[in-house]
Amino acid sequence: MIRPHRSQPLWYAFILHRLSGIGLALFLPLHFYLLGLALGDSADFDAALQWTEQPLVKAAEFGLVFLLSVHLFGGLRLLVLEFFAWTAAQKTLAAAAAGLSFFVACGFLLRAI
Amino acid sequence: MREEIGKIQVQVRRGGPDDGRLVDYEVPLLASQTVLDVVTWIQRNLEPALSYRFACRVGMCGSCAMTVNGRPRWTCRSHVTDVMKDGRIRIEPLRNLPVIKDLACDLSGFFDKWQRAEGAFVPTQTRKDSLAPIAPQEPARQAASAGIECINCAVCYAACDAVEQNPEYLGPAALNRAWTLVNDARDGGNRARLQAVTGPGGCQSCHSQQGCTSHCPNALNPTRSIAGLKQAAARAWLRGEL
Repeated sequence: MIRPHRSQPLWYAFILHRLSGIGLALFLPLHFYLLGLALGDSADFDAALQWTEQPLVKAAEFGLVFLLSVHLFGGLRLLVLEFFAWTAAQKTLAAAAAGLSFFVACGFLLRAI
Repeated sequence: MREEIGKIQVQVRRGGPDDGRLVDYEVPLLASQTVLDVVTWIQRNLEPALSYRFACRVGMCGSCAMTVNGRPRWTCRSHVTDVMKDGRIRIEPLRNLPVIKDLACDLSGFFDKWQRAEGAFVPTQTRKDSLAPIAPQEPARQAASAGIECINCAVCYAACDAVEQNPEYLGPAALNRAWTLVNDARDGGNRARLQAVTGPGGCQSCHSQQGCTSHCPNALNPTRSIAGLKQAAARAWLRGEL
């Protein structure tokens, strides 16, 4: 009956870290499959590389780079929180991790198109 | 008697542990009225059997915490006009604690966890020794002072998602207490304390969502205390003490 009250910005940082981790874990089998193609038939691998040139796949890759980046910077934020002297700027660090990740993902997209 | 300036539509959680339901009441709105005043008005005028807990009424004792419009709060220090939404207030017991009846929770498990976290002071001197000299500006003393104003109200415990997901988790208040003792130069129980707070349900179960820090009515920062415990535990592990 009692609804939780997750309104603090750092809860959103937590859930973004969790969801990005789950997203990356789901992507890993596909990643290993594509790498496995490179070890086997090079024609198949070339076809797969060709497939990744589609605009929709490029857009998905933007999301993937964002997930990877936000999980990396979010993880660094948690390490800073837990192993460095406490800083009052917790929300700023979380926002910086998300902002930097968006910047990195946009950089990837600009190079890709 | 203060003048009535309107009406508040109040929903109060009534019933025992398993038959909770929200019951509607209409309560007069008064100037400078707290949520605890509203609960007391309902009990005195409409529902004599309403169970709830309070003592000091001034934010000293920590016994009147409830969930008000979805957020855990001290009801004695929450003004109706600050928490009311569209003239309505929903009052429920604290989350993550078993309900006894109506708005009263059983806090036994909450306090048991203070014991499990080795939250009791372990003296190293006798009454025949002189007082331990501790400078107020020492970093350890500063760290302890930052956490000692906790009054055990369980607002942080109710705000914590890690407690909800893992009932074994010691919770922000007990771990904050342990951290103040880790920084107490007079205490001799730190080895056992660090082992207690790093076992199952210990400080590593904290996800740093900082719900405790966001809701603490005393503006304490249990997340900082838990981060301190994580650092102390890592150092103790490197020294082979864990």
